[in-house]
Amino acid sequence: MMLFLPVILPLAAIVLLLFTYRMKRLQQWISIISMSAITVQAVMIMNRVVLDGPFAAQAGGWPAPFGITFTADLLSAILLLATGFLSLIVTVYSIGFMDDTRKTAGFWILIHGLVTGVNGSFLTGDIFNLYVWFEVMLISSFVLVTLGAERKQLRGAIKYVVLNLIGSVIFLTAIGLMYGQTGTLNMADLALRLRESEHTGLINSSLMLFFIAFGIKAAVFPFFFWLPASYPTPPVAITAFFAGTLTKVGVYVILRFYNLFVVTDLASWQIIVMIVAGVTMVSGVLMAASSYDIRKILSFHIISQIGYMIMGVGIASVIGLAGAIYFIVHNMLSKTGTFLAAGLIYKYRGSYDLKALGWIYKDYPLLAFLFLLPALSLAGIPPTPGFFGKFFLIYGGFQAGAWTITAVAILVSIITLFSMVKIWNEAVWKKIPDESAARQKNHLPLTSLWATIVMAGLIIALGLLTGYLSEYFFEAGRQLKDVDLYIRTVLH
Amino acid sequence: MLTLLAVIIGFLYASSIYMFLRRSIVKLVLGIVFLSHATNLLLFVTGGLRSGEPAFTAEDGTVDLAAVSDPLPQALILTAIVIGLGITAFSLVLVYRFHRETGTVDLDELTEHDKP
Repeated sequence: MMLFLPVILPLAAIVLLLFTYRMKRLQQWISIISMSAITVQAVMIMNRVVLDGPFAAQAGGWPAPFGITFTADLLSAILLLATGFLSLIVTVYSIGFMDDTRKTAGFWILIHGLVTGVNGSFLTGDIFNLYVWFEVMLISSFVLVTLGAERKQLRGAIKYVVLNLIGSVIFLTAIGLMYGQTGTLNMADLALRLRESEHTGLINSSLMLFFIAFGIKAAVFPFFFWLPASYPTPPVAITAFFAGTLTKVGVYVILRFYNLFVVTDLASWQIIVMIVAGVTMVSGVLMAASSYDIRKILSFHIISQIGYMIMGVGIASVIGLAGAIYFIVHNMLSKTGTFLAAGLIYKYRGSYDLKALGWIYKDYPLLAFLFLLPALSLAGIPPTPGFFGKFFLIYGGFQAGAWTITAVAILVSIITLFSMVKIWNEAVWKKIPDESAARQKNHLPLTSLWATIVMAGLIIALGLLTGYLSEYFFEAGRQLKDVDLYIRTVLH
Repeated sequence: MLTLLAVIIGFLYASSIYMFLRRSIVKLVLGIVFLSHATNLLLFVTGGLRSGEPAFTAEDGTVDLAAVSDPLPQALILTAIVIGLGITAFSLVLVYRFHRETGTVDLDELTEHDKP
C-alpha cells in the first residue's frame, strides 16, 4: 500500500481540486498540503529502502509477473524524494508567480497530474504500466505548455506535442515487439527471460526502439529539437518544473532499461550510448553559448546536462552509475534553481533578454546571489553539487578508460561556465544608467522569493553533505547493477 | 490473414510518414492518428491470430493453449485506443487554436521562434 501512495495522493488531490475549481485560495492550500504529504511519503519510502533494502508491492494482490508490480529500490526512492521536494518548492513559488488567469484555468490540477505521472514512472515495474504513466505525465505537460494559449506557446507546443507523441508511439511499438518475443511485460520477469533466452538477436531491435523512444523523452541528440522550441515559451514556474522532472524521467528509464535488459552486444551498445552522450553535451552547450535569452540559454543547458547523465549510463561501472544518479538529483535542484531565479529576474526587471538587463547586483544583491549559486553549480565549481557530480563521472570515465568522452565532458564544462558567466555579466554585472527604462525595480512576490531561497539552501546542503550522502548514491548504483536483487525483490 | 494485416500495417506506417512530411499541421495530426492505428494493429498481431476459436476455453471446458489467442495484447490495445482518443482530441484543439491565433496551418510558420 505504501508504494501506491505517491500515485494515489496526487490523484486524490486532483479530485479535491476539481471540487473546489474556482476557489483560488483553497486550491493553493490543498496543493501545498498534498505536495507536503507526497514529500513525507517519499521520506517514508526512502527510510524503509535504506533500512530493509528494495521492496515491491503487487496491485490488487495479483502475484508477479501477472499483476502490475510497483518496486522501490534506492534509485527510485532517491528520485521520488527529489521530485517531492522539487514539486513542493515549485508549488510555493507558483503561488506568487503565476497569474490569476492561469491559476484558475486548472494549473494546480495539471501540476498534480504531472507529479502522478512522474512518481508512477519511478515506481512501476511493468513496461506497459510505464507507458500509461508516461501518457499521464505527457498529457498534463501538453496542457501546461499551452496554458494561457499565447501565440508563441502554441507554436512551441505543436513541436512538443508532435515529437513526444511520435516518441510514445515508438515506445508502444517496442512494447508490442518485446511482448511478442518474450510473452511478458513485467520488468523483472523480462530481465530474467532475456538472460535465459538463447536467441537474443531480435531483442536488440526492440531495445533500439526503446532507446529512441526514451531518447525523445530525455531530449538526447538527435531527438532534442522539441525542447528548445517549447521550454522557453510557458511561464517560468512551469518551465522550472518541466526542467526538473520530465527529461529526468527519460534518463531514469534509460538507466533502468539499460541495466535490466541489455544482455547482448554490450560493447556496441556502450559505443552508441557514449557517442549519443558526447554529441548531446556538445550540441546543447554550443547552442546555449550562442543564445541571448536567459530561458533559452538555460533550456539548451538542460540538453547538455542530459549528456552527462547518459555518459554515466555508458560508463556502466558502479561509480559511473552513482555519478549519473547524483548528477540527476543535482540537476533537478540546480536547473530548477536557475529557472526560479530567472523568473525572479523577470519579475524584477520585466525582461528575459540579456541585452536589456543589467546591474541587478547593485539593485538587489540577494537576487544576484540566488542566481549565482545554482549557476555555479551547473558549471561545476566546488563545493556546489555540480562539482561532485562531474567529479564522480569523470573519475569513473578515467577508471573505465573512456578517454574521449571524459575529455569532452571536461571541455563542455568549461563552455558551460562561459555561458553562465555570460548571463552573470550581462544580467547582473553590466551597468545600465539610472534613467534607462529597463531599470525597473518591481516588487517581488514573497512566496516566490522564499521558495528560491529554500531551493538555494537545498543546493548548498546537497553540496556540503556529499561526503555523507555519497554512500547512498553508491549503494543506489550497486542496486541498479545488481539485476538478481531486482528480480528476487519482485518475484520473491 | 497475417499477410493481409502485415500489408495494412505497413501501409498505415507509410501513410503516416507521408503525412508527417507534408507542410500542413492538420495532416501532421492525421499522421499521428495513422501511426497510432498502425501500432495498435501491430500489438493485435503479437497476440496471435486464430479465427473461429473461443476466447479462452472450448465447449467441453478444456483449454488448448496453442489454439487460442493471447487476450492480453487486446487489453493493451483498448488502453492505447483510449489514450489515443484523448491525445487526438487535444491535438485537434491545439491546431484549431493555432489556426485562430495565426490564421495559418503552415508548418513553416513555426520556425520563427526556433533561432537561438
